[in-house]
Amino acid sequence: MSRLNAHDGNPLGTRRGSPVRKAFSSPLASVFVIAVTVLWTIPTLGLLVTSLRPKQDVTADGWWNAFVHPDLGLGNYHTVLFEGGSGVSTGLMPFLVNSLAISIPATLFPLVLAAMAAYGLAWVRFRGSDTVFFVVFALQVVPIQMALIPLLRLFSGGAHLGSLTLIPPVDLKGSYAPVWLAHTMFALPLAVFLLHNFIAQLPRDLMEAAVVDGASHFKIFRSIVLPLCTPALASFAIFQFLWVWNDLLVALTFAGGTPEVAPMTVRLAQLAGSFGGRWELLTAGAFLSIIVPLIVFFSLQRYFVRGLLAGSVKG
Amino acid sequence: MTPNPTAPSKSSRRRLVAAPALLAALALTAACSNSSGGSGDGGGGAQTLSGDCAKYQPYAGHSGTTVTMFASILSPESDNLEKSWAEFGKCTGIKISYEGSNDFESQLPVRVAGGNAPDFAIIPQPGLLAQMVKSSKVVKPPAQTVANQDKWSPVWKTYGSVNGTFYAAPMSANMKSLVWYSPKTFKAAGYEVPKTWADLMALSDRIAKAGGGKPWCGGIASGTATGWPATDWLEEVVLGTYGGDVYDQWVGHQVKFSDEKITAAMKTVADWMQNPAWVNGGYGDVKSIATTTFQDAGAPILTGKCLMLQQASFYKAQWPKDTKIGPDGDIFAFHLPAVNPAIASPVEGGGEFLTAFASRPEVQAVQNYLSSSDWASSRVKTATGWVSANQGVDKSLYTDPIDRLSADALTDPGATFRFDASDMMPAAVGSGQEWKSLTAWFAEGQSIQKTAADIDAAWPQ
Repeated sequence: MSRLNAHDGNPLGTRRGSPVRKAFSSPLASVFVIAVTVLWTIPTLGLLVTSLRPKQDVTADGWWNAFVHPDLGLGNYHTVLFEGGSGVSTGLMPFLVNSLAISIPATLFPLVLAAMAAYGLAWVRFRGSDTVFFVVFALQVVPIQMALIPLLRLFSGGAHLGSLTLIPPVDLKGSYAPVWLAHTMFALPLAVFLLHNFIAQLPRDLMEAAVVDGASHFKIFRSIVLPLCTPALASFAIFQFLWVWNDLLVALTFAGGTPEVAPMTVRLAQLAGSFGGRWELLTAGAFLSIIVPLIVFFSLQRYFVRGLLAGSVKG
Repeated sequence: MTPNPTAPSKSSRRRLVAAPALLAALALTAACSNSSGGSGDGGGGAQTLSGDCAKYQPYAGHSGTTVTMFASILSPESDNLEKSWAEFGKCTGIKISYEGSNDFESQLPVRVAGGNAPDFAIIPQPGLLAQMVKSSKVVKPPAQTVANQDKWSPVWKTYGSVNGTFYAAPMSANMKSLVWYSPKTFKAAGYEVPKTWADLMALSDRIAKAGGGKPWCGGIASGTATGWPATDWLEEVVLGTYGGDVYDQWVGHQVKFSDEKITAAMKTVADWMQNPAWVNGGYGDVKSIATTTFQDAGAPILTGKCLMLQQASFYKAQWPKDTKIGPDGDIFAFHLPAVNPAIASPVEGGGEFLTAFASRPEVQAVQNYLSSSDWASSRVKTATGWVSANQGVDKSLYTDPIDRLSADALTDPGATFRFDASDMMPAAVGSGQEWKSLTAWFAEGQSIQKTAADIDAAWPQ
């Protein structure tokens, strides 16, 4: 709030005395922010309380009654984790593992590819690099829903031009690979754009000094660019991880709903049963699926604020 | 804009390219090693089954194979399905890999169009079956499956057929023409289960005048499918008033919604379920029908605030676990009588059809088994809540009174059975405009003429 605190973690550095910053640090604004935060958190609190209440209570009255007649227990969580909801033999655990096995590679692949592509497009001068960058960026307009069937066809049938096979069909049925590939493809345009703008604005002097010292492109990328753009990488990693973790459409289309490959979201969608008979389990299931993104968010949070400004104004 | 510190050396550029390629290759190898699971010892050949397995001899010879199945049935119902063919799987060595999804109706066309069709899909809507057949990916059933159809009444075969060609064998049947009530409450008040529509209306009037609970409750809210229970009400009245022929013409749009026959049927529904004195027991006025979920609709019957609910046999799953269901219990159901007494026992129902997208021998073996009376009996024995209209199933296997009631009506040769009309109409109407318009009819009091005209306008040309 004070000038002292504003010192650390200030991404803009020089703009300490700006009117905007002053407006945001007034006590009135703080009260407002706290009020909004509380309001914003109430539904989540309701979800948490509901997940702890037994079914007959949830049916009878609203969650706030739990404060008057507390009858809380971990029954729903036990059912979801170990009995698997409406009678299925496996609990939520295999799906949790699947979710991790899908989300981690689907975050790392686009991150690595996009960081390299962004460096290449920003600092390696070659003919048409701006055009390539523009095309990659323009690809963002392709909505994922439109690309599902063509992509599925590509995986199952390959690509042919007349009798010429351009891409042979790959049998990836029942594995994580199609989900990784789909997520990677759809993440790349935004990732390249975001990281390119960040990397392109690194000071030129640094690069020149490195070149004078005899560093190769790969050395520059690894020792200078990567450490400097950690905030951008982290913020993109959070975005991408949350997107993949919460994704249902891509997983359902490319992985299917078998316990071998299906992530948590697919299982959550089925948890209530054909006729919605076990809907009380949904709140507990939802809370279990929030835990991992929360861990990711809090562990990368300090980069997040800095990274949000990646590619925007630089002071 | 993008300053270049130096001319890149050739070697460094090559390394830059190599790294992502290596990564992608790694991903692919990891994926391939993951996908090879599933098939066991292979082989098969002429294998002879003995003991308990002897009855599966006709399906033998495909040990170590896997067939995939995709359906909208979720656990716990799907667990019972898997149990019902567990012995078959153990004896023949054919593994049925089942996948249930509540996005089945939207996912199946995507997977089929994407060349990623499952071996089997259990399709509950003849309209979706027709759409799949149009994609020319559906495989015609083997001769044995066709022969197994003799055990079902002929009308079922037509629902598994598209343009006169038989594609999909029915697996299950459910009955929608049921009225849930409480035998206890009826007994205490001295009410009799009505046998005719006139009796039913007279009883409703009597209950309404007696005070206490209202005669009817209903709920048509069901997420994105809000409105479907109302389509059932209209369908039952159309079938019970005019019989099967008009019903079929209505499904085919030769008789439009704005036809006076259908608007008259809508008037009958309005006099019944939109009568302010009769509904909505336990919830409020007529409009509350649109906001009450179909799952909750019947709950007031247990407290006596409402006496009757028209809902399908599968509504049984909604009653609390300790509810005693039976002719003398807390809850039971009766067959909704025909509006026109001349129509013999109208039964509106639904069913699920086993559709194959592959013709491998193990797929055909499973298809033959699942269309047999043996499998139907096995499923009925596994757990309650499943009815087959297969006449080869011994009725005494039904231990649940509701299942028995439905099975009796569904296999009755004298009954006028018709499939749920909204499931057979084009999706734009049957699972689109009709839901929306009927919901508006209940929620906003929209006129019958406008409701009918709106639905007709949505019919694909």
